[in-house]
Amino acid sequence: MPGSIYKCLSLIGERIIANKDYLTELDREIGDSDHGINMARGFKAVLEKVNPDESDIGAALKKAGMTLLSTVGGASGPLYGTAYMEAGKILAGKTEIDSQDMKAVFEASIAGIQKRGKAVRGEKTMLDAIIPASETYAKKISEGADMIHALDAAIESAHEGVEYTKTIIATKGRASYLGERSIGHQDPGATSATLMLEAICDYLKGK
Amino acid sequence: MKKLINGVDDIVSEMLDGMTAAYPEYVKRLEGFEVLVRAKGATPKVALVSGGGSGHEPSHGGFVGKGMLDGAVAGAVFTSPTPDQVYEAVKAVNGGKGVLLIIKNYTGDVMNFEMAADMARDEGIDVEQVIVADDVAVENSTWTTGRRGIAGTVLVHKIAGAAAESGMNLADVKRVAEKVIANVRSMGMAVNACTVPAAGKPSFDLADDEIEIGIGIHGEPGTHREKISSVNNIADKLLEKILGEGIYGSGDEVALLVNGMGGTPLMELFVANKHVNDVLASKGIKIAKTIVGNYMTSLDMEGFSITLLKLDDELKSLLNAPADTPAFVQF
Repeated sequence: MPGSIYKCLSLIGERIIANKDYLTELDREIGDSDHGINMARGFKAVLEKVNPDESDIGAALKKAGMTLLSTVGGASGPLYGTAYMEAGKILAGKTEIDSQDMKAVFEASIAGIQKRGKAVRGEKTMLDAIIPASETYAKKISEGADMIHALDAAIESAHEGVEYTKTIIATKGRASYLGERSIGHQDPGATSATLMLEAICDYLKGK
Repeated sequence: MKKLINGVDDIVSEMLDGMTAAYPEYVKRLEGFEVLVRAKGATPKVALVSGGGSGHEPSHGGFVGKGMLDGAVAGAVFTSPTPDQVYEAVKAVNGGKGVLLIIKNYTGDVMNFEMAADMARDEGIDVEQVIVADDVAVENSTWTTGRRGIAGTVLVHKIAGAAAESGMNLADVKRVAEKVIANVRSMGMAVNACTVPAAGKPSFDLADDEIEIGIGIHGEPGTHREKISSVNNIADKLLEKILGEGIYGSGDEVALLVNGMGGTPLMELFVANKHVNDVLASKGIKIAKTIVGNYMTSLDMEGFSITLLKLDDELKSLLNAPADTPAFVQF
């Protein structure tokens, strides 16, 4: 449907912007106090750059990815930019998506983030939320769940992943400089990734 | 928070315009980008591009000029610039002999500069990169991001810049830059944290009698906290860790940089420098050149870092070569 991907991006952007201070505060504790600021700036630009009437989901996501790449900066810019561009490649030309498309989007985004960030699970990064979410989603779909229920379960796994980041030492990104002092703090990137999944689910539920 | 600013979103752009207004003979801004390049345009030699988040002034734009950088890319405060900005800088400064990117070792900086290098290579521009990782506060490990690039980066700018100016090819300029990186080590501390304008509060909280040892240049907390003591005692601790690297020994010649973090009076930096000179002399380490001042700052952070670079004949001669930039002039 024309404009539906824009609506979905709007919900993601609104959620990120609403949590700007929260994400920045998390980053203040173990990073450099800018995650919320940078992400909010990036999504503000995404909502300006993406055509509100775009019907090609892949084209909209590619544009969103390129915009994040050129506006967010830091590590989050290349990582989220790559994730959205990879998702855009998977969905090129599509005007609606099914549960298998969503599975492919999860997997392509994760592959892109891993390639760019040279990170694996368990290093206190966004991957600690996204990978468990992707795995839960795939499992639920294979068990016959519909997209919304599978995503609900995936978000639960993402939240568990965010909680898990509090228990581990950061070995990637600026938090890694803190060594053991990074324990006890939740990862801002895992948190922002979870916010995005929640917004996508809200969109699918018609909120 | 009290800051001399207009709006937090305009700081970087207004700063760059203010720098070009102050130094029109040295730098100009690439129209539409957060990039400063030499006022006279591309030169027929290997070009050097550095940059990073803003808030480290005079790094990096202040070192654009003869004998140092050709272009400097300014990201948002403490945030790596984006690939498109770096790419524009590379295109603008390339004089046909290739471009060396000098990157400080941060996850974001490395990713953004590498993406820009890929884009430039696709355009047929010869691009190489070096990554500065001089901060001994961070333990080096293949399992982590590795050491941060901090004040030692300025010495890479100086020496690689002189190498490029001397007519060396890209491979040789890169070799010289890597030799500096292999022989330069730094460590810093803070008396007070900095305040990122957009965040509005100090990046970490210290009690009145506490200092943070092993800080980086982005307000990220350091390795540990302790009670404040004399500057001699504090300098001893930083030096101990640097000398513990085993690079600098009796009979060696070094360059010394005592770098202010932005909020520390020069008076205190010179006091620190006196002690560092005494300690190095007592160890038989000869200081061939001393630089004291605010070169790689962290906004309004109060504190300083010590950098040592072991010199051989090649590095010494390039270090002493002329440079003419807004923030570093040497005849």
